[in-house]
Amino acid sequence: MDNGKLDVTKAIEAVKRIKDIVDANKEYLTELDSAIGDADHGINMSRGFAKALEKVKSNEYNDIGSVFKDVAITLMSTVGGAAGPLYGTFFMKASMKLAAQKEADLSLLAQAFREGLQGVVALGKAQLSDKTMVDALTPAVEALESAAKDGLTLKQGLEKALAMAEKGMKDTIPMVARKGRASYLGERSAGHQDPGATSSYLILKAFYDALEG
Amino acid sequence: MIGILVVCHSFKASSGIAEIALQMAGEKARVVGVGGNEEGGIGTSTGKIYEALLDLLDECDGIVILPDLGSAVLSAKAALDFLEEEQKSRVLIADAPVLEGAVMAVVEASTGSSLEKVKQVAEEAHSLKKLRV
Repeated sequence: MDNGKLDVTKAIEAVKRIKDIVDANKEYLTELDSAIGDADHGINMSRGFAKALEKVKSNEYNDIGSVFKDVAITLMSTVGGAAGPLYGTFFMKASMKLAAQKEADLSLLAQAFREGLQGVVALGKAQLSDKTMVDALTPAVEALESAAKDGLTLKQGLEKALAMAEKGMKDTIPMVARKGRASYLGERSAGHQDPGATSSYLILKAFYDALEG
Repeated sequence: MIGILVVCHSFKASSGIAEIALQMAGEKARVVGVGGNEEGGIGTSTGKIYEALLDLLDECDGIVILPDLGSAVLSAKAALDFLEEEQKSRVLIADAPVLEGAVMAVVEASTGSSLEKVKQVAEEAHSLKKLRV
């Protein structure tokens, strides 16, 4: 019976949904990245998650941590741009929290995503308002944590996180980039939505959708 | 001997830079270029960097990594996380112009300098002046 938690089947479903949503938005991500970056984010993310899906579909898993770990290793090697090590680290750090766990409730997933976010910050050294994925992930993780404290279900928590990630993503539009290739543009980076914040939103959307069953 | 790992977004760029650097120091020196994504396109791959590090760590006392742009730095840092602690302690990333840094680092390494010294000399490439007025 469906208890609303993230188990191995749903974790793999989430990877599939990430692949699908990234594919559906490939042109859009590339367009955003061509405005302020090197125009490869859509293609890179699409390639990375296609490989990640191939990997997790070909394996048997007893715990969700191992699913996350395989995604992490695949992304690091196949994405190609900065998103590879960054999302790779996100999934790798999260996988450590989920190791040996058959399923995750809201509280555990919030902890795992917090670890992931900390890994991203440690690697990329981006702070809030630097116009990066951190601007979408930070409010999303905070929303997950506060929803867990309020005793909400995983689905409800992800819904709140998704709303905050969307807001965080849109908030990057007026920002001046201080990290990554976009920072070379300085003031000219203002007025464009950050591609990394956008893909982070899409990833959270895929997790939310995967719980639909 | 300290080895140099040049990490670029293009394999051609990395091997070309390694070639130029090697010419300065001769056969004793170890300079390896790694670049491009898994499919050989423009990008960087943590997996490729990790494998290059393992090969070089076998032959060298230490390695200085010279990355070109942002994601080369991130991919290199992520690759370091897969190494054993002992291996990791023998690798440093230099914040330097990649071609000039590689040339200066390899010359320094060929004199038998320490890991820290080679990294420092690579970073001094920031102050190289090409045009003097």
